[in-house]
Amino acid sequence: MANIIELKDIRKVYGTVVKTEVLHGINLSFEEGSFNSIIGQSGSGKSTLMNIMGTLDLPTSGEITIDGKRTDKMTGNELARVRNETIGFIFQFHYLLPEFTAFENVVLPYRISGRTPSAEITSRAEELMEFVQIKAVRDNLATNMSGGQQQRTAIARALINNPRVILADEPTGNLDSDTSEKVFRLMRDLNSRYGTTFVIITHDRRIAEETDRIIEVRDGNIVNDIKK
Amino acid sequence: MKLALSIALRFLSSSKAQTLLIVLGIAIGVSVQVFIGSLIQGLQKDLVNTTIGNSSQITLTSSTSDRRIEGWQEIIDSIKGLELPTSLSALSASADVPVLLSSGDRTVSVLLRGLQFPEANSIYNVDSRITEGVKPASTGEILIGKELKEDLGLKDGDQITVTTPDRSVKTLRIVGVFDLKIANINRSWFITNLETSQTIGGLGDSITAIEMQVEEVFRADENTEVIAQSLKNRPVSLTDWKSQNAELLTGLNGQSVSSLMIQVFVIIAVSLGIASVLAITVVQKSRQIGILKAMGLKDSTSSMVFLFQGLILGVIGAVVGIAFGFLLILMFSTFAVGPDGEPVVGISVNYGFIMLSAFIAIGASTLAAMVPARRSSKLSPVEVIRNG
Repeated sequence: MANIIELKDIRKVYGTVVKTEVLHGINLSFEEGSFNSIIGQSGSGKSTLMNIMGTLDLPTSGEITIDGKRTDKMTGNELARVRNETIGFIFQFHYLLPEFTAFENVVLPYRISGRTPSAEITSRAEELMEFVQIKAVRDNLATNMSGGQQQRTAIARALINNPRVILADEPTGNLDSDTSEKVFRLMRDLNSRYGTTFVIITHDRRIAEETDRIIEVRDGNIVNDIKK
Repeated sequence: MKLALSIALRFLSSSKAQTLLIVLGIAIGVSVQVFIGSLIQGLQKDLVNTTIGNSSQITLTSSTSDRRIEGWQEIIDSIKGLELPTSLSALSASADVPVLLSSGDRTVSVLLRGLQFPEANSIYNVDSRITEGVKPASTGEILIGKELKEDLGLKDGDQITVTTPDRSVKTLRIVGVFDLKIANINRSWFITNLETSQTIGGLGDSITAIEMQVEEVFRADENTEVIAQSLKNRPVSLTDWKSQNAELLTGLNGQSVSSLMIQVFVIIAVSLGIASVLAITVVQKSRQIGILKAMGLKDSTSSMVFLFQGLILGVIGAVVGIAFGFLLILMFSTFAVGPDGEPVVGISVNYGFIMLSAFIAIGASTLAAMVPARRSSKLSPVEVIRNG
């Protein structure tokens, strides 16, 4: 399988006066269709790594290739397009827009791409919502849902544009263990059903152990990379 | 575009109290604009109307020594045929003869004004100014001013004798009384038809002045120039009200400037209000903007969201403001009335001006939204995500 994400010698330095290097030359790649996790203590640099992979943040130096395209040299609008079409994000805090309903939140990434949702997209959204079991709250505002429902809505939203990669930062960090398990299963199902690459960031070893590859980050370096 | 608009609408409708507050702010600004503007314009119209509404605004007189204008029909026809900057609302000939009226032991100097009827009605409205009697119908009949009649104790049907400039004595018959609402004129004019004054003054077929009124009074001087140019081969000269009422013009100008100042400051205050409230909105919505950007929303689209908010607020504020403005005008016209039941100032509703105020408010709101739009465009998604 080809690599969907490739990172080459990624360094990230924060601060201008007092410089803190949080990533010390990371080399990492992910195969298309794989199901991966990145673990590490808080402050280890794993979230920064994800933000860089997701083009939300720029590395201080190094090369990033996503789906065969170098993103470290792209303009703001080109990056926005990559984020919209190739990457889906799931965050610890669901980050739904509270002004919109569950359904509207799900189709937002499609509308951001500049298109008006067609009947096909509407039915795809319905199907995704069915799959993540939030059909009952289809027209509820984001604020009128439980935490689990919100997170599942965020997952459906991340999937609407059929992205090649889903980057999930502590997707279950804010949920109780029962709901965590359900959300995790859901991501697993999506991986096998749509072949979407998943990179899940977590500090929960139990969750990581259920993925196919565990990458451990400590103090800005990769210290372990275990493939099952 | 469509997405930015729908996000803007959703943002506005999700914080209704805040939206209402900004709309009210813009609306009050617009209503003050509309009200003050209409009031000042009405005041100016009233002033201009009282001063020059019933008098000649452009007067053509002879520059010969005998003050006579020969071939006046031709001149009138040529003026009618001119392409003028502002069209004429009245154009009539007059033959004025100064006469001396002796009554008892008093002798007063009176101007016998021979007017061309019905054309002169557009200027002097003689028909509606007759308080007693009828309009002169045949030669030798005149109307006398209300004050002059009282001063001299004359009445309808009296015969009076006058001395003309060539010292001949003529007899005239009073057939009615006029009141032009200006005591000075009422004391010093006789109004009659052209024929009578031409006969009394021995003018033959000539006249002494051609009087005009124009649609847009403030452009009278432009007409004067065009007419003077076209008649430069004739022994005539032209004057207009603007060159003879410099003080009035200065006063009107001062009023316009002060009203403009008020309006400009109202706009500035409203714009600052919108800019600051929208700037707060960006902070409030930074989480949403950040997540939208993380999902691929372009920086330009994210600024459009705030520009649209400014535009929408401006449009709603302008519409509500115009409604408020009309309400204020209505209240003013209903409650601020003089003893005769008429409003103290006749407010002039100028739709062009109201539309302009509305567009300025909309423009200012959109412009005020530029500041938050820029902030939104610069917002980095990672800041929002990192800080939760």
